[in-house]
Amino acid sequence: MGLDKPYKDIPGTIIFDAEQSRKGYHLNQFCMSLMKAENRERFKADQRAYLDQWPMTEEQKQAVLDMDLNRAMALGGNIYFLAKIGATHGKSFQQMAGSMTGMNEDEYRAMMIRGGRSIEGNRRIGEDGDAQARHQPQGQAGRKAS
Amino acid sequence: MARITASVYTSHVPAIGAAIDLGKTGEPYWQPVFKGYEFSKQWIRQNRPDVIFLVYNDHATAFSLDMIPTFAIGTAAEFIPADEGFGPRPVPKVIGHPELASHIAHSVIQQDFDLTIVNKMEVDHGLTVPLSLMFGEPLAWPCKVIPFAVNVVQYPVPSGQRCFNLGQAIRKAVASYDDDLNVQIWGTGGMSHQLQGPRAGLINREWDNAWLDQLITDPAAAARVPHIDYVREAGSEGVELVMWLIARGAMADVAGGKSPRVAHRFYHVPASNTAVGHLILEDQ
Repeated sequence: MGLDKPYKDIPGTIIFDAEQSRKGYHLNQFCMSLMKAENRERFKADQRAYLDQWPMTEEQKQAVLDMDLNRAMALGGNIYFLAKIGATHGKSFQQMAGSMTGMNEDEYRAMMIRGGRSIEGNRRIGEDGDAQARHQPQGQAGRKAS
Repeated sequence: MARITASVYTSHVPAIGAAIDLGKTGEPYWQPVFKGYEFSKQWIRQNRPDVIFLVYNDHATAFSLDMIPTFAIGTAAEFIPADEGFGPRPVPKVIGHPELASHIAHSVIQQDFDLTIVNKMEVDHGLTVPLSLMFGEPLAWPCKVIPFAVNVVQYPVPSGQRCFNLGQAIRKAVASYDDDLNVQIWGTGGMSHQLQGPRAGLINREWDNAWLDQLITDPAAAARVPHIDYVREAGSEGVELVMWLIARGAMADVAGGKSPRVAHRFYHVPASNTAVGHLILEDQ
């Protein structure tokens, strides 16, 4: 394709462009429906049945059921839309952002209080920062996995 | 004649709104954030505008993926705070200025910016958190507000240069309005933050402060910073900073006048996932 997408070389980052938006239209519109209190109740009462009312892919539905936000983003979700699922489950933005790193809530919060994630090694894919693919998952989850 | 007298810049982190609404501003975590706005609350009592032209972004609230306007100006008489998924913020409704907003829309469109005119719109934390930071918790907001929503959610978002040029057009539009009104322009969002993926939590203090320096002293150079620099250096959501260039472009020096006076500057990490930046610039 002839489009200019210079952001493809940033590690651990999915840019919500027109292509992602097209893939994620129904997933994101499902999220919008959670801005109504009665819909939040219906969703929480039976998540599967609520999701089945939307023409989403099975993969997208599973990502929502698993609250796997990285997967949901890869499938066209946008974080501001997905945040409405988190809000429905009573999760803060910090909890949601942290869940995408593999760190537990305390680890992520401590990183932010220390001044946040460093840019060093995290500007381009292939450097050696903590957001690079080979260092995932981070934190306690990463230590358990290894 | 109406005139722009000052510009205010601030992050609009939703957790700041929640901290205010839940009475947590005195907690050790939040205290340093709110301390940075104590001067600002005093300043705005002494420099109360008639109207705030408030540049912010909608976070999938008024605009879903059904419609994605790049620049949307609110011309309604009032705007209700939205339910973003956990109930609406308990803040006053926002009173607009339909006459001035329509005037600006007319003038700015004639200056080649294709605005979307919005007569019905709910407003989210992007607009209400800056008001809370500057005014505290009044029963009614003490001035009128024209919401101006910029798409920074779906790429490509408008360039810094286009935002900067738009600010200049807004200054001309305000100056051509007959009523004698004191107008402030606010640019909100940023600073460095990334809310998604394994790189979530990115903060770049050095880049943020260099960008603030440049925004103050050489805004034309700040306007030339390409999107990729914001995303790479300040995180995927750091690109919200292009909205500050709309407010900066509306200051007198850009139109050949004097450099603005820096009344206040503040920077703090973190508020939730975000670096908080705040500036007040006065035209001289």
